[in-house]
Amino acid sequence: MIEIKDIEKSFGSNIVLKGISGKFEAGETNLIIGGSGSGKTTLLKCMIGLHTPEKGSVQYDGREFTDMNFEQRIEIRKEIGMLFQGSALFDSMTVQENIMFPLNMFTDQPFKEKLERVNFCLERVNLEGKNKLFPAELSGGMKKRVGIARAIAMSPKYLFVDEPNSGLDPKTSIVIDELIKELTEEYNSTTIVVTHDMNSVMGIGDYIIFLHEGKKFWEGSNKEIAHTDIQELNDFVFASRFMKAAKKNF
Amino acid sequence: MNFTNFGKYLLLLKAVFRKPEKSSIYLKAIFQQMNFIGVGSLGLIAIISTFIGAVMTLQIAFQLVSDFIPKTIIGSVTRDSSILELSPTITAIVLAGKIGSAISSEIGTMRVSEQIDALEIMGINSPGYLILPKLLAGITMVPVLVIFAMALSITGGYLGGTLSGAVTPAEYIQGITTDFNPYTITVALVKAFVFGFIITTVPAYEGFYVKGGALEVAQASTRAVVVACISILACDYIVTQLLL
Repeated sequence: MIEIKDIEKSFGSNIVLKGISGKFEAGETNLIIGGSGSGKTTLLKCMIGLHTPEKGSVQYDGREFTDMNFEQRIEIRKEIGMLFQGSALFDSMTVQENIMFPLNMFTDQPFKEKLERVNFCLERVNLEGKNKLFPAELSGGMKKRVGIARAIAMSPKYLFVDEPNSGLDPKTSIVIDELIKELTEEYNSTTIVVTHDMNSVMGIGDYIIFLHEGKKFWEGSNKEIAHTDIQELNDFVFASRFMKAAKKNF
Repeated sequence: MNFTNFGKYLLLLKAVFRKPEKSSIYLKAIFQQMNFIGVGSLGLIAIISTFIGAVMTLQIAFQLVSDFIPKTIIGSVTRDSSILELSPTITAIVLAGKIGSAISSEIGTMRVSEQIDALEIMGINSPGYLILPKLLAGITMVPVLVIFAMALSITGGYLGGTLSGAVTPAEYIQGITTDFNPYTITVALVKAFVFGFIITTVPAYEGFYVKGGALEVAQASTRAVVVACISILACDYIVTQLLL
């Protein structure tokens, strides 16, 4: 479980996060949604330590993360897997080397065991046999899946996903969403997904936080999101004609 | 570099020297970088050093026209200039362009494509993992390249001088073997060590703190080469002043 309390973050005079709190349970797919510039990615980066919030705390199963120094954070970071928006695969390494990288760095397993784990992860994301390819040889969807395979290589307790569907076609987006949901249940991980994709919201959002202009406007599940009176949230969720038409069926 | 940048540079260096997560992986990376910096630059340094030695000999011969000055001086001046100044400095400036821009663009691209963030999230000390192998390879391979450049520069001087008839082989060899002071080699190697440090860390700093996209990476790469070259020349003066 990850708990954030009263997170505030600004860049110069621009206040991006204004006291965000929330509790993300293990085994659930937690979503942070909001329009562009609402502070979703900044919140995610505050949670994983890439940004330092001016105020507030982030706790991983009761362990206070914000007060930890670099060395203390390493133990928690070994339990974190993350899929970046652009996949962030290491260009100079093959698919196999990318997935094996955290295993090489933090385990003393023999090569055979590590290779078995790599092949298991690749199989899990339906990319068997792609070990020797370089990131430049992969499509956008394949890169995302390799990113997921790398993220789960160390069997993470906490899985962070930043905009998993950006640049993907709808069919691939659904595959990625379902994969994230399955892996969350399989590893009982605390999964936090930053997205503005409504298919993801409706498909996998067990717990959703809606950010608007740096504030938390709403929280709830995907079953509740279609039935709120909050104007800002309705404007966001039902922005498209398709969603407006579909609203009648929710 | 203003003082803020210099402070950030020092903090980055502090992070570079944190204990490595796994020595074997760092060792492998060091050898890869030694191959890239050292072996990969041999051809370029060989061509430049040979021509510089040859041209220098011709210019010295052109200026020493007095009958009172023996022609063996041409060899002596070529030797000392090559060892003390031209080989370390020209090698360093050429490497700042070749290696420095590569280091800056590599790390800068990793920054803008979130690869450095990915390392951080995994719990890896990204400055150490990315910069330490380059730094260690730089401070070991640049002195090796400078020694290589010295030898080729003096050989180039021999070829240029004798083929043009500016000096005879016997005069040149007598010149380069007369009154040789081995301390000049020490000075040159100290310079090479310092230059190796600059060539790797300054571009790494520029790349590490890039913000933006492809344009900013290119600008950082250019800035890295300019700052590294100026730093090399400034340190050249300081080391010369201190050691001679």
